[in-house]
Amino acid sequence: MQTEVVKGNEEAVPGNGLDRENYINAKHGIWSWLLTTDHKRIAILYLVSITLMFFMGGAFAAGVRLELMTPKGDLVDSDAYNKLFTMHGIVMVFFFLIPSIPAVLGNFLLPIMIGAKDLAFPKINLLSWYFYIVGVAVFLVACLFGGVETGWTFYTPYSTAFSHTNVILAALGIFIAGFSSILTGLNFIVTIHKMRAPGLTWFRLPLFVWAHYATSLIQILGTPVVAVTILMVAVERLLKLGLFDPALGGDPILFQHLFWFYSHPAVYIMILPGMGVMSELITAFTRKRVFGYEFIAISSLAIAVVGFLVWGHHMFVSGQSTYAGMVFSALSFLVAIPSAVKVFNWSATLYKGSVSWESPMMYAIGFIGLFTIGGLTGLFLAAMGLDIHMHDTYFVVAHFHYIMVGGAIFAYLGGIHFWWPKITGRLYPEYWARVAAVLVFAGFNLTFFPQFVVGYLGMPRRYHAYPEEFQVLNVLSTAGASLLGIAYLIPMVYLTWSLFAGKKAPANPWGAKGLEWTIQSPPTTFNFDHQPVVTEEAYAYAEGHDTSHDAAPPAAPVRA
Amino acid sequence: MWSFPLFPEQASTLASKVDALYFFLIAISVFFSILIAALVLTLAIKYRRRSEDEKPVPIHGSLLLELTWTLIPAGIVLVLFVWSAEVYFSAVRVPKNAIEITAVGKRWMWKVQHMTGKREINELHVPVGVPVKVTLTSEDVIHSFFIPAFRVKKDAVPGRYNTMWFEATKIGKYHLFCAEYCGTKHSGMIGTVYVMEPDAYQAWLGGEQAGASLASVGEKLFTDLACITCHRGDSGARGPDLAGLFGKPVKLANGETVTADESYLRESIVTPSAKIVEGYQPIMPTFQGLLSEEQLLQLVAYIQTMKAEVKDEAGAAAPAPAVGAPAAAPSPGAR
Amino acid sequence: MSSSTHHPAYVHHFENLSEQKEAATFGMWVFIAQEVLFFGGLFAAYAIYRNLHPEAFYFGSHHLNIPLGAANTAVLIFSSLTMALAVHAAALGKRQQIVGWLLATVFLGSVFLGVKVVEYKEKFDHHLVPGASFQAGQLGMAEHIADPVLRGKAERASQIYFSLYFSMTGLHALHMIIGVPLILWIAARAWLGQFGPEYHSPVEIIGLYWHFVDIIWIFLFPLLYLIPKPH
Repeated sequence: MQTEVVKGNEEAVPGNGLDRENYINAKHGIWSWLLTTDHKRIAILYLVSITLMFFMGGAFAAGVRLELMTPKGDLVDSDAYNKLFTMHGIVMVFFFLIPSIPAVLGNFLLPIMIGAKDLAFPKINLLSWYFYIVGVAVFLVACLFGGVETGWTFYTPYSTAFSHTNVILAALGIFIAGFSSILTGLNFIVTIHKMRAPGLTWFRLPLFVWAHYATSLIQILGTPVVAVTILMVAVERLLKLGLFDPALGGDPILFQHLFWFYSHPAVYIMILPGMGVMSELITAFTRKRVFGYEFIAISSLAIAVVGFLVWGHHMFVSGQSTYAGMVFSALSFLVAIPSAVKVFNWSATLYKGSVSWESPMMYAIGFIGLFTIGGLTGLFLAAMGLDIHMHDTYFVVAHFHYIMVGGAIFAYLGGIHFWWPKITGRLYPEYWARVAAVLVFAGFNLTFFPQFVVGYLGMPRRYHAYPEEFQVLNVLSTAGASLLGIAYLIPMVYLTWSLFAGKKAPANPWGAKGLEWTIQSPPTTFNFDHQPVVTEEAYAYAEGHDTSHDAAPPAAPVRA
Repeated sequence: MWSFPLFPEQASTLASKVDALYFFLIAISVFFSILIAALVLTLAIKYRRRSEDEKPVPIHGSLLLELTWTLIPAGIVLVLFVWSAEVYFSAVRVPKNAIEITAVGKRWMWKVQHMTGKREINELHVPVGVPVKVTLTSEDVIHSFFIPAFRVKKDAVPGRYNTMWFEATKIGKYHLFCAEYCGTKHSGMIGTVYVMEPDAYQAWLGGEQAGASLASVGEKLFTDLACITCHRGDSGARGPDLAGLFGKPVKLANGETVTADESYLRESIVTPSAKIVEGYQPIMPTFQGLLSEEQLLQLVAYIQTMKAEVKDEAGAAAPAPAVGAPAAAPSPGAR
Repeated sequence: MSSSTHHPAYVHHFENLSEQKEAATFGMWVFIAQEVLFFGGLFAAYAIYRNLHPEAFYFGSHHLNIPLGAANTAVLIFSSLTMALAVHAAALGKRQQIVGWLLATVFLGSVFLGVKVVEYKEKFDHHLVPGASFQAGQLGMAEHIADPVLRGKAERASQIYFSLYFSMTGLHALHMIIGVPLILWIAARAWLGQFGPEYHSPVEIIGLYWHFVDIIWIFLFPLLYLIPKPH
């Protein structure tokens, strides 16, 4: 689309903006980054910081898995082990997964996808990154002064009256980072409502935007509750008020209700944006309109709403009343339906598409498989009779890693690869990307599939030492984790390499639809030279000849 | 070398029910995983991009298909919900003839008391073929009593009693785990469950340090603490008659009616003023901090044994703390 | 792309000034939704504990200074009125009136906070601040509950009541403490003539915020101060 003459000695690539003004070279110096209000630069700030947190959380996970190679608990002592899994959980959940897709890809792409120059409140966007960084800093101070070992769930009365570690500092870090999440959600909601380009109606929005809208609702309505809950833990610990102490009239189970009221929906903060990325990947790499657009869009909202009503399934064995348990169980089963709708629609999109097996698509296909397993094993845990046995075992650990790693991280990696040319203006080496995708998939399954088995055998989670008969499965899991750890490093290497030596990317390397592919890579500071006007629905790929004369596919291949 | 287990032993009446549901779910999971994997891979390979100029056929969707893959999963989860609730009910409804055992979680051990007063730590001896009800509580943080071979688990929460039950079906040794993270030696809070022939169990109960039964220790406590001064069961008594009270509904001063279960008895000892029986003054002192969780369980065990034989004499006078049907179930385990 | 894009307050990433105003107002509504949930966690804890410990809540509440609380309620309602008048003046573009009403709001807000300080000091003097120095005996339950047991239980749980009292009113006061400098800042901008009939979103938004803070108090006052004796 651009025909300007390009300076520099490399080959001119149409639509590449590296040699023209773009958001990266628009300003120079550290302060131009630290005080930027450009949503794209803030996305880069988030990208760098959450990548650091990811490898930190990964290092803790490596410690956990190495320890579990032997049943005796002989690598580190039990207090150190308890800190490892606690800090792994806190870092990965609060400082990596929750900000990952929204704060990086959402920040970068959401304004562009709706034809806006920036988010509605650019300064608040920057403020949210500072909340995140201060939260991380406070948590790191807690780590430096001995860490924390309550489990990422901070169950009372353990966290309030018994733990001797830095619970207050860690809680404060999470509390502060929570505001980052709230402000990001607020910004997204207002931006989606008020700043859509002319002609961009709600049902023309890319599904990525719909997914972020649903996510933001949860961030706005859930995060404040956990913020105030975690504050109560800190205050209770400081002053011994009795809020969660049965001897003083408090109720330890109340904490679990308040905590899971947010923390279960928080799972959907992690997976819904991933589902949004999936819809973009599947359509781009089939060059085809998504199957059942409205159903995918509405199912995101359905997941967000029902997701708020299922928190009690974390308390089936806590002594909660049987009838409350039944309601929570029924609602938890209900969440499976919109999730299934999405999976089937993505699969159906492939039908009569032009499917390209490039690396982002490999992550997308991996996502469908792993999310399916993660979702189906969620049914086991929603089943009250089964959950009695499985609660707090490795089955749960495996289940939520299939959702959070197999789902959220696969989508995140797929999305990073897909939009990397747009973000950086460079192409990465496709061969290595495919190798990494296959290794991540293999390493992931080897790590977590054995945990389903060892979980049903009865191995409780958060165990430093365990009976010997569980060892073989644990060794398999540790072997998988080693592979997974190496596989994660490969993209780090070639993506960094590509920044300096990668081929220049054109405006639309994938031949994909969407406003972000109509502007140069990397974009200019204000994204668009002229206000774009949208005249067609999302994913309006050029139509081919319909040889079979039927617009809808026959039912046969889907229910095969 | 592949001699490690892939499936836990079935050693209780509940295990086969839980496993049946488990296998059904595995069947469903395998079916859908293969269906989706096959669908995705077949389509992704069959319609792989053969040339850059390909123009795929736009398909907007199909209401029929959307309904299909909404309603079929909905039907499946409905079946699963009913089935799993049914299994859950059989896991929480304690049979009437269950023998009773109490377990107190304390960092990092399980302290078990049998009705005869026999105590053990991190071990649990139970007879085969007899339902066993375990009343659980904790002295510090939340623990969780987990016997994988029996497919049972329940949290031990400080300040309240939770109950669970099982009926062992196979003689042997099984793992007892703490499943709720409780600190440094969480993974050391494990023990062994010994399932024995009922005769052997009786012999074991009567073995060394059998001592006094749980209820008789409780009776001694009852005397030592001078509970009898007020709870003496006659018309002038300052406290309600306790004989035959257990399992009956109790009418409270505020008009509510509660069932006199273990939790109620415990609460009435620890915070007597929480629920005042109709017709009595809130004068009982609290025993919070004066009694350990084990002693509380002993007292509760004794009160359960206080049958109505005394009541016949005093019955006419006592303002009937127990109102309503006398034949209530001995144990409201589901609560 | 009308003349509104030349207004000095216009930020160019919005299409025009009216989109900018709508976005700002909507943003404040979303923020308020978030605030409701933030207080919601405390209200949930309040509901559960009041149900568990009615006596403690009754006696705790009995020890609050109802006349001061009621006066403060009036002050805050009145400050909502002055704030509404400031927004009205902004819509008419009357510079001096905006500043006047905003300063009146700040004054009333400061009166509220001053009274709150007096109330907090009272609690502090009476050892009713939860923590090591908390003395439930100060609640004077002895005169009303003869039974030492019932009294003991209520006295222990009264610490929970006062924790909730301080968290809820403290969080509310924190919102006011944040609000006052913000109003002063808006008043300074008004003095500089930045607001007129065409653009006065910041006044509207601070108004929304202030009304929200008032409404929270309208719930807090009866819930904390006016607890009837449990049967």
